[in-house]
Amino acid sequence: MRNEFAQAVIDEKNKHDNLLFITGDLGYMALEKVQERYGEHFINAGVAEQNMVTVAASLAHEGFVPFIYSISPFVTLRPYEQIRNDVCLHNLPVKIIGNGGGYGYGIMGATHHNIEDIGALRVLPNMRVYVPFLASDVAEAVAQMVKDPNPNYLRLNMGAKVTNEVAPFSAWRKIKSGNKGVVVGTGPVTENILNASFADELEIWVVSILPIIELPVELIEAVNRTGKLITIEEHQGECGLRETLSYHLINHLNSGIKLLALSANGYPSGKYGDQKFHQAENCLCGENMEEAISEFL
Amino acid sequence: MSTTDFLSLLEHALNIKKRFLGMYKSANAGHVGCSLSVAEILTFVRFGWMKETDEIILSKGHAAAALYSLLAEDGTLTEQDIATFYKNDTYLAAHPPVNKIKRIPFATGSLGHGLSIAAGLGLAQRLKKTEKKIFCVTSDGEINEGSTWEAALFIAHHNLTNVIWLIDRNRLQGFGYTEDVMQLDPLDKKLEAFGFAVLECDGHDFSSFEQAKQKTIIQTKPVAIICNTTKGKGWTTYEGQVDCHYLPMKDDQFELVMNEMDNDFERRKKELI
Repeated sequence: MRNEFAQAVIDEKNKHDNLLFITGDLGYMALEKVQERYGEHFINAGVAEQNMVTVAASLAHEGFVPFIYSISPFVTLRPYEQIRNDVCLHNLPVKIIGNGGGYGYGIMGATHHNIEDIGALRVLPNMRVYVPFLASDVAEAVAQMVKDPNPNYLRLNMGAKVTNEVAPFSAWRKIKSGNKGVVVGTGPVTENILNASFADELEIWVVSILPIIELPVELIEAVNRTGKLITIEEHQGECGLRETLSYHLINHLNSGIKLLALSANGYPSGKYGDQKFHQAENCLCGENMEEAISEFL
Repeated sequence: MSTTDFLSLLEHALNIKKRFLGMYKSANAGHVGCSLSVAEILTFVRFGWMKETDEIILSKGHAAAALYSLLAEDGTLTEQDIATFYKNDTYLAAHPPVNKIKRIPFATGSLGHGLSIAAGLGLAQRLKKTEKKIFCVTSDGEINEGSTWEAALFIAHHNLTNVIWLIDRNRLQGFGYTEDVMQLDPLDKKLEAFGFAVLECDGHDFSSFEQAKQKTIIQTKPVAIICNTTKGKGWTTYEGQVDCHYLPMKDDQFELVMNEMDNDFERRKKELI
């Protein structure tokens, strides 16, 4: 999604001159064109994320709309208090861009992964978190973020590869129908169920903006009809989709609904590999996931 | 600056200090020493240096009472506002609030944020091509924070000469002397090495501030002014001790410190005239 993102921020700059782009010293072979287009509005703040966040808050206070960019954990968890105090409490339109949410950085290891970002950020005041599903979602997500006067976080990853026709980017999208159970996923990891052999029998939804404000009526009906809900996220379930969706659903359930929550639980074997390796270890793709779902259904 | 100007600064400082001492006494609250330490710094910046459009960032948010009192002195806050300090249903919390008071653009209280706030505001003025200056007042203890040094690097790198950093160098922090907890000296050399023009002044003396101001005007690098102060200045019971950071004033101590404010004012006034 990085190329789509770079193009989107260039396109938005053509519409909104008050956009700034600040990077935490990343962007090699990705942001050169952004740098060229933004000129003096492109700032490399160095490897100093705490300062970068607060500087961005001040620039937003003065009427600019800054994107701040780094690898996901470095721009979210490292400067978390700066995000909470200086950006979110003051409700300033700082646009935080985390590249490689989840296990996106694969073999780079645990320090470069981020399976707590959505949970950590969605609970902050005024914050809206954007999790694109397809690479083609990014342009619209960025356009919505630029118009949003609130702080935002954008989780970039490899876009899902799907053959289904998918509606344009929005908070909730139903990807397909099915009668045996309902899947709600966030982010490209949802493709692992969508492209699995049993997907025909499942109704599949993707949520792309958090916190969840309200649930689609059609989704609630489907959960009650099938009695089975599967959540999938490349993220800790504890503070992620599993928890927030359960909370929002609980008052709408008939009875006896069963939940299977697929989420990122860290490093079960203590070993590292590519993104798919970590997904497989966490039952987010492949045989483990398929077994778990078959058993559940 | 004329004798009348200096006298006016002394009068403002006296009002500001007596007002916040009253606030602390009514609230039975601590942080008295932190406000006494920074009182003349804030007074000089507001009434002796900055233009109406300039900003003050009080990074050491625990001295909020001094800031509120300053804002009452310049008419931003009313005495009715001041009377709500520390009470339920007030905006005047122990640390500056979020988005509620003109002239407080950012809530502070967690240390090590203010210099980055000033850096961002300074950069914004450059991009917007305004003449506005940002006066950032930090404690010395918060120079322990890594974020302060990130901000220092950023300000120097971008040569943000519209940011003026005033350090309340009272040599005391939360649980000890700064040099015992985490040595800062030679602070001037460190700041110079980071790219600042470093000045020093007596942080309770307005003529010393005026000299620093005149030297600041001719600098081509961002300026950091080490304001040598005494924590709890004038509260003789605990002056220069960690206790004055935390303890509220007892009735007899309050009377003593209020008298000392008057006596100090008279002494300094006599020196002037």
